[in-house]
Amino acid sequence: MTIAPTSRADELAALRQRIARLERPGLAAAEAGVELVTHPALAPVLRLRAGGTYQVDSTTLALLLMAGPSRAGAWSALVGVDDLGAEAAAAWGVELSRTVVVPEPGEQWLEALAAVIDLAGLVVVRPPLLRGRRAPLAPSVAERLSARLRERSAALVVQGEWPRCTARLRLAEVAWHGVGHGEGLLDRRHAVVEVQRGSAPPVRVRLEGLGDAGLPVGVGRHGATPLRKAAG
Amino acid sequence: MRVFVVWCPDWPVVAALWEAAGEPSVDGAEAGSADSPSRRPAAVFAANRVVACTATARELGVRRGMRRRDAQGRCPELRVLADAPDRDARAFEPVLAVLEELRPGVALLRPGLAALRSPGRYYGDEEATAAVVAERLVRAGVWDVRIGVADDLFTAEQAARLARPQECRVVPPGGARELLAELPVEVLDDADAVSLLRRLGIESLGQLAALPAPDVRARFGLAVARVHQVLDGVDAQRFAPRTPPPDLGAEVAFEPALDSAEAICFSARRTVERLVAGLTERRLVCTELCVEVRTEGEPPVLARTWLHPRWFSAADVLDRLRYQLAGQGAGQGVGLGTLGAAVTGVRFEPLTVVPEHVHAEGLWGGTDARVERGLARLQGMLGHDRVLQPVLQGGRTPAERQALVPWGQRPTGLRPVEPAWPGRILGPAPARVFPTPWPARVEDASGRPVLVDERGALSGEPVRLHVEDRWQPVVGWAGPWPAETAWWEPGAAQRGPVMRFQLVGADGRAWLITCLDGAWEAVAGYE
Repeated sequence: MTIAPTSRADELAALRQRIARLERPGLAAAEAGVELVTHPALAPVLRLRAGGTYQVDSTTLALLLMAGPSRAGAWSALVGVDDLGAEAAAAWGVELSRTVVVPEPGEQWLEALAAVIDLAGLVVVRPPLLRGRRAPLAPSVAERLSARLRERSAALVVQGEWPRCTARLRLAEVAWHGVGHGEGLLDRRHAVVEVQRGSAPPVRVRLEGLGDAGLPVGVGRHGATPLRKAAG
Repeated sequence: MRVFVVWCPDWPVVAALWEAAGEPSVDGAEAGSADSPSRRPAAVFAANRVVACTATARELGVRRGMRRRDAQGRCPELRVLADAPDRDARAFEPVLAVLEELRPGVALLRPGLAALRSPGRYYGDEEATAAVVAERLVRAGVWDVRIGVADDLFTAEQAARLARPQECRVVPPGGARELLAELPVEVLDDADAVSLLRRLGIESLGQLAALPAPDVRARFGLAVARVHQVLDGVDAQRFAPRTPPPDLGAEVAFEPALDSAEAICFSARRTVERLVAGLTERRLVCTELCVEVRTEGEPPVLARTWLHPRWFSAADVLDRLRYQLAGQGAGQGVGLGTLGAAVTGVRFEPLTVVPEHVHAEGLWGGTDARVERGLARLQGMLGHDRVLQPVLQGGRTPAERQALVPWGQRPTGLRPVEPAWPGRILGPAPARVFPTPWPARVEDASGRPVLVDERGALSGEPVRLHVEDRWQPVVGWAGPWPAETAWWEPGAAQRGPVMRFQLVGADGRAWLITCLDGAWEAVAGYE
């Protein structure tokens, strides 16, 4: 899946916009909500905007949101995510050489988050667990981070609780194909992404064949060979 | 022009023994005593054949080119050492440095053999000069050293081979022929020519000298012809002395010793700037740097090598020094920012330098300087090894197939991704890879845990899965794929192969689960 602009004119326009942003860094602060590149799979229902906070319920969605800006040349960072599947990320289109992970920020996770917002165009954060629950964040702190995001033209993707998100993304009706009962191999999945803004009813988009992005599926010769079926 | 040749016999063995002992045995008397390692039989082997052996081993019948089995048959207590030409050259470097102090313009002929131009009358006559050279080398730990002095390189080398340990053999001007005429043709370093000469009935260099020069050149080639010229009294061979490498390192000493990381970094700033400026003057950049911190405590010197993905600027070097000092304090149970022992000096030694054009900034791409600075700050805040960059590598399990390297460090020791790894799980890669596997439970329809035997047969079909603290029905499963991992480790034979499964839960999430000895673990999640 490549994120190719549809025509030459679009490409030129996108590049002009980027140059303008590079030439006048103050501009980004003035106009809040510069549009970032969105993965084409999500483009019908979501426009990723700088300064926005997006809550997701799965790592796959976080990677999908990361992929767009990362492909387009932005840096991305993950704070508090200690179980990143680097291979999956690369398959979705995340540029690993422009990715930074702070898996265990510890007590200083807010400071670390603020520091990476200064650097990266897209930040994924998983707030730490407090006594087994995701700690709720004070709305004032979230507001300050949000201002920082707007100023730096960055977007935040949150896995966990966050006050006042721009949109909430949920992966629904996931169906994996390829496995049976003792035979086959996970191959592709069909899912529905639900995007909810505020109290409006959710917008849905169907994702077909999600999971095979860029990876060869079932090219058998070198892979693991299954043994026998269940005996009994 | 007179030539000195310094020969250290059996250099590969000497170098290997030094390496085994950790350093050269500086005490000459100890080296000469009967129970020192250099007096015990030892030999260096390459491809199962003796490359070099100690004099003791030679007395017991070990010869060059002998097979290991034969050598050990003659001398069962023979110490077997591996051949490493790099190590020989590395170990010879201090010897060259000693010679260079005496007379610049030293040529390395091969590790163990070096030539230098005669320093004239500076140290007295030639024998006195040779005595000075031998004395300095013995002080440096090389106790078996032989010196030959002659008009040309070949004669000087042969003279050195005839000398006794720590002594020299001087061939007077014009005396080369007398010395060489008696030598057998085997001294020529050319097995084909030696064999041919033998078959022609020519046994000594004197007989070779009697042959006409054009014929020798036509029949035996340039190398033998050159020796023939020497025998005729015409020296053709010159040697190219090496240029000593420039000292790029920089050092700063603290008087009195400092015990705060901030103060040390502040005081080292000027030195670091000078180091980087010195490199820039030579149009070089440093990509690998060794920082040595000398302290008043134990151990006295703490050295650490740092790699940089691009090259070290002055600020980068100071950052590395700060990390090293912080790590040192942490290692000794002292809080961050305070050191275990006061620091008396710091030395920066560039280990790898490359011409700066190699790293010149391209028009496109490259690291954004702003990002690099910001991440360095973040590392200063959280710790060097908590800001990481993901990289891919080869392997069978998802966890093996990726690695996290500290930002700013070049990844080393990664397994290659290509060619494809046999036994890896195909299909889409899992989005979540757990750094430590989670315990899981898998049960069959009757509520009993599912068991897997070593051939992959299951005691029942998986119906329920317990992971992330809750039970859920299994709607699909695939596997098992067995993987024999680390079978060479003790106890692996009883353990059997790891069985890998993909299980899809009712909530649509799939897991990569392993079973080893009845213990189920979730290693990755597809969600």
